[in-house]
Amino acid sequence: MADTMNVLLAGFGGQGILFTGKVMVYGALTEGKELSWLPSYGPEMRGGTCNCSVVISDEAIGSPLVTNPDVLIAMNRPSLEKFMGSVVPGGTILVDSSTVDIKVERTDVTVYYVPATNLADKNGLKGLANIILLGKLFKEKQFISRESLDKGLAKCIPAKKAEMLEFNKKALEIGMEQ
Amino acid sequence: MSEKVLMKGNEALGEAAIQAGCRHFFGYPITPQTELSAYLSKKMPKVGGTFLQAESEIAAINMVLGAAGSGVRAMTSSSSPGISLKSEGVSYIAGSDVPAVIINVQRGGPGLGSIQPSQADYWQATKALGHGDFQLLVFAPSTVQEMADFVALAFDTAEKYRMPAMILSDGMLGQMMEPVVFPDATEVHEGDKSWAASGHRNKRKHNVVNSLYIEAKDLEEKVKERYERYEIVKANEQRSESYLCDDADIIIVAFGASSRVSRSAVNAARAKGIKAGLFRPITLWPYPVDALDKTVATAKKYLVVEMNMGQMVDDVKLAVNGRKPVEFFGRTGGIIPTPAEVLAQIEALV
Amino acid sequence: MAVVFEKPHALADIPFHYCPGCTHGIVHRLVAEAIDELGVEGNAVGIASVGCSVFSYNYFNCDMIQAPHGRAQAVATGVKRAHPENIVFTYQGDGDLAAIGTCETVHAATRGENITVIFINNAIYGMTGGQMAPTSLPGQITQTTPYGRDVKTAGYPIRMCEMLSTLDGVALAQRVTVDNVKHVNEAKKAIKKAFQNQIDGLGYSIIEVVSTCPTNWGLSPKAAVEWLENNMLPYYPLGVYKDKTAEGGTK
Repeated sequence: MADTMNVLLAGFGGQGILFTGKVMVYGALTEGKELSWLPSYGPEMRGGTCNCSVVISDEAIGSPLVTNPDVLIAMNRPSLEKFMGSVVPGGTILVDSSTVDIKVERTDVTVYYVPATNLADKNGLKGLANIILLGKLFKEKQFISRESLDKGLAKCIPAKKAEMLEFNKKALEIGMEQ
Repeated sequence: MSEKVLMKGNEALGEAAIQAGCRHFFGYPITPQTELSAYLSKKMPKVGGTFLQAESEIAAINMVLGAAGSGVRAMTSSSSPGISLKSEGVSYIAGSDVPAVIINVQRGGPGLGSIQPSQADYWQATKALGHGDFQLLVFAPSTVQEMADFVALAFDTAEKYRMPAMILSDGMLGQMMEPVVFPDATEVHEGDKSWAASGHRNKRKHNVVNSLYIEAKDLEEKVKERYERYEIVKANEQRSESYLCDDADIIIVAFGASSRVSRSAVNAARAKGIKAGLFRPITLWPYPVDALDKTVATAKKYLVVEMNMGQMVDDVKLAVNGRKPVEFFGRTGGIIPTPAEVLAQIEALV
Repeated sequence: MAVVFEKPHALADIPFHYCPGCTHGIVHRLVAEAIDELGVEGNAVGIASVGCSVFSYNYFNCDMIQAPHGRAQAVATGVKRAHPENIVFTYQGDGDLAAIGTCETVHAATRGENITVIFINNAIYGMTGGQMAPTSLPGQITQTTPYGRDVKTAGYPIRMCEMLSTLDGVALAQRVTVDNVKHVNEAKKAIKKAFQNQIDGLGYSIIEVVSTCPTNWGLSPKAAVEWLENNMLPYYPLGVYKDKTAEGGTK
């Protein structure tokens, strides 16, 4: 991977945008990387669009606010429309094609369309479309080791919901198969 | 043995307060500092401390006056509009020579403004957080680690000089998560508390914590005594960080969140062969004039980058004193400038 | 020779600055006597408020903090939370407690903050020269109600004890006065009880003392006492409005 990966995750509140970002940074933490996680906050948290900037780097991080992402994960149409133009040339866009019915018109970026919400529902993993997309990102970018990613996941699931870990791991696997 | 943990800046402030021996926190809800109150409401009872959600910002700062005035480490936190409400109490705290720590997780203003990150309270913090002749120590963290590190520093310094201290943060630093390492045991340098109104226990004359001097000459004498102390603070407590300044033609001056953006811009400029550097004030009062002064001989130009309409730029101009040009670039309203924007400013100036 | 009368230890040996006929002096003494009798001077921290009684920090021998206008009970809360073993009291006038500090008063009360509040109600702002107070009576002439307090524009007086008695956190809310020996003795008992309640950890106790301000009322000390009896007491009836220690609950 590059020295620094700027990721923007965006969707509706409740789709697990912030959680996905946390899994990434907790995974990176176990490898001693520099990282930052910055949520959008405010009225948009309450049911509107939600986004999260994640930076993983080998060097000290300047701005934690990602305005030109290397990777955009878009889980709804407004997010894709709003942010697809800001992705750096050569960058990557992951789209949940079950919830987004438009295509990226740019030719200078790599786009992966993953029907993540449908895949989640079909496999009894309702609400884990975010982790399926994370699995796909991991497959394409390998930004940390698989072991670290699993550790990140385990760290983000509270003890009270331990049974969710297996479902999340399954979602990750499904994403990696896409 | 201390390990890196991931925490929001607001939570790091809370944990650091506990580790600095603060057991009394008085707050009032406001975005974007809420996680700090939430964290302390959970942790304080577990360490035998007091977390109290006050009826207002005004009440909260006066509870700090009471607790700190009776000799304990006390803290309050808020965001910009709430800090305005606290200004009365801060003035009394300063006028009574009481050490206390106030956190401002800044958001856009004036008025209700926005809830996004801002640095528009620089003037308020450094020039006039309340009526009358006084200063408070102002620390400006730029990372979650510094959010943690500066709490004990703020308490120690406040107690050393018997004056209030502020940690001037912003919504970005408060909301973001970064790795942070807490020391196994935070070293605490508690100041003398023999002046405190904690009950004389029939062992000494009664103490009075007071800001009223009805005779003008008494007040002048008191204020002058305080300003003599400020001179010692200015001599001893200036803090700053210089990044690639030694050979820089253009030096960006920025603190807090905007210093991070500026650091990225400096790196980008260097990659393009432009000799740029970053001077980052850590104490906003006392302003690090001595270190800034040392850069004037070699720098050709200064660019001050802030998340406001131009406030700290005045202090930079005072320090540079006409010897080199000082330009300004700012975004306001809650907008964080991008490294690309700052880089464009640098390129336009060289 | 037997000593029949002396200054309470908790009262400093400093002449009061209060005007002739002002009742602050009596109430200061009653507070000091209560502190002496309960033996709590070493633990006591008093909070002086803004108004004529601001200088009370000079008159009491216990530790004192001078609070911003209206904020005495917030400051008291800070002291009490930091030192639960201390005996913390505020001494506030009507402008301080019932106008600018109403919010702090109501919330300290409803939290059941374990403090003692001495509230001087003399229906006027004394220190600033006789403006309308939240407790000024309808029709009362003051510097800022030169035609008499018109309730249509200036609103009605506020009865703090009655209002605070509705709050669960209040242990004792009692209104007293000091216009004659009998009433002074009753006031003494009430103030002492308000301190005893704190020692017993019962919560918030407030003693409202209906008081005079001869200077700003424009009356002689004697006429001021008569004015208090004829005008204030009918509007502010003396009595216990809430008492958690009383059998059968509250009045």
